[in-house]
Amino acid sequence: MSVPARLAMSLLVALGASGTLPASAFAAAADPLASARWEEMRRGVLGGTAAVFDAQVKVLAPANAENPTQVPVTVDATALADVAEVVVFADFNPIVEVLRFYPESAAALLGFRVKLQQSTPLRAAARGADGVWHVGGSWVNTVGGGCTAPSAAAASTAWQSRLNEVSGRQWQLGAERVRLRLRVVHPMDTGLVAGTPSFHLDDVELRGASGERLMRLRLFEPVAENPVFTIEYRAPGQTLVCTGGDNNGNRFSARIAP
Amino acid sequence: MIRWLCAGLVCCALALPGAAPAGDFDYALQARNVAPDAYAFIGRDEDFDTLNGGNIVNTGFIVGRDGIVVIDSGPSLRYGRQMREVIASVSALPVVLLINTHHHPDHFLGNQAFADRPIGALPGTVQAIASDGDAFAENLYRLCGDWMKGTEPLLPTTTLRAGRLDVAGRSLRLIALAGHTGADLAVYDETSGVLFAGDLVFNGRAPTTPHADIDVWFKALDELEALSDSPGFVALVPGHGAISRDASPIRQTRAWLSWLQASLREAAEAGLDMNEVLTRALPAAFVALPVAASEYRRSVGHLFPAAEKQALDHAH
Repeated sequence: MSVPARLAMSLLVALGASGTLPASAFAAAADPLASARWEEMRRGVLGGTAAVFDAQVKVLAPANAENPTQVPVTVDATALADVAEVVVFADFNPIVEVLRFYPESAAALLGFRVKLQQSTPLRAAARGADGVWHVGGSWVNTVGGGCTAPSAAAASTAWQSRLNEVSGRQWQLGAERVRLRLRVVHPMDTGLVAGTPSFHLDDVELRGASGERLMRLRLFEPVAENPVFTIEYRAPGQTLVCTGGDNNGNRFSARIAP
Repeated sequence: MIRWLCAGLVCCALALPGAAPAGDFDYALQARNVAPDAYAFIGRDEDFDTLNGGNIVNTGFIVGRDGIVVIDSGPSLRYGRQMREVIASVSALPVVLLINTHHHPDHFLGNQAFADRPIGALPGTVQAIASDGDAFAENLYRLCGDWMKGTEPLLPTTTLRAGRLDVAGRSLRLIALAGHTGADLAVYDETSGVLFAGDLVFNGRAPTTPHADIDVWFKALDELEALSDSPGFVALVPGHGAISRDASPIRQTRAWLSWLQASLREAAEAGLDMNEVLTRALPAAFVALPVAASEYRRSVGHLFPAAEKQALDHAH
């Protein structure tokens, strides 16, 4: 489904649901980022369900990002209990939704890089055990153009032989804290460059040795080319299995030794 | 990708100062006499902004028997014109050649002021100006505002190669190197003993790295340091920062790049995320270096992805 269609559908859901929500859920707390688009974000991306601004959801990104095709973002919602889903979005991006992740047994934390088209609030909304979206964010100033710049892959065909190639490595940071850094070769074309259709990783999941799922991700076009993810969990000494695919049906599976 | 990379190269001052520049857009260029018949214009130790108009770069000229060789043309048409006026006040001889040391915009966007003269550069520099020049110019308009009025990229008209160049009755040694960019030309004036090092050497200002290959850059620095040990050497004009009478800016540039490379590799090997790398403190030796904090952050963006790739690829 195209992103505008996805947003439109979310909007419909929001309109349909709005009558059933307690008025207090929409208590109009001022957007700390003072964005003219916040109401649309709340209704569209968050489906109009209850949302609160919550500093416990941290979005770390440079205030001034020189490279709008590779803006580093770290989302940390580990201060909240039982986070089921986190959605990351950028109010002023032509494609608003960046990714969603479902921490499952991993920490509610994700590092990655995003393409930004212009200066924008960059937000993460974490849905916790209370069913409410807890929204954090920060403003990123950038020269812009990140979504309409051709991918580096567009300049040559070399990437084709390495598409979906995975490299990854685990670091044991503490007795109960393991970090995975994962890189997947993919152009992540936005579809906003003339003649180059949207071509992006769609779903990625990570399982432990016993098949237990650590985290699932749904990725959209704004995730930067050749995505690199930072993920943390409490399962030391395991060979992880990472599987995924893109919106053209190319699948991959890779094992990452401890 | 290529386009914005170029646009982003020089951009760090995203928040522009509110104060307006002098209405006359006068760079107040002063020709410093480095050695007999060798001159330099020394820019500020700053980032591009609407107050300095992009005058953060060093340019220079050599007065030969039959004419003048100009080295780099500055960030704008206005700069190039003002530079040429000052040169004319020093010598009535004609400019016979303008050399662009490399393809970064503060070194060639004054070319239009020398459109009636031969303009030379390494082939790699000419290609890079052809592909990236417009984006560079756009970016400097954004950063420097009206100082840029009328500025358009103008391609060099002739390609230069390494070796001796007899021009204007003067013998120049052209040293074709790389590392700061894919093509960096250093110019050694054998008569005066002045080395115009371009951006291979920074003095008292953190180096910039948007097109850097640090290992290649080290080799270039070694070659320049060897030259500075030769008997005729008198002075070094770095691409940015003060004139030096010895190799100390070469060692300073090498020290920064060595630390930067080691630090990024170590961070990638330790599994740090780019945001964690960005927030690391500078070592004491570099804390007071002008624009060190902003150049470090820019360099993380330019160089960390490769360090990270290497650390991840080697895991299996």
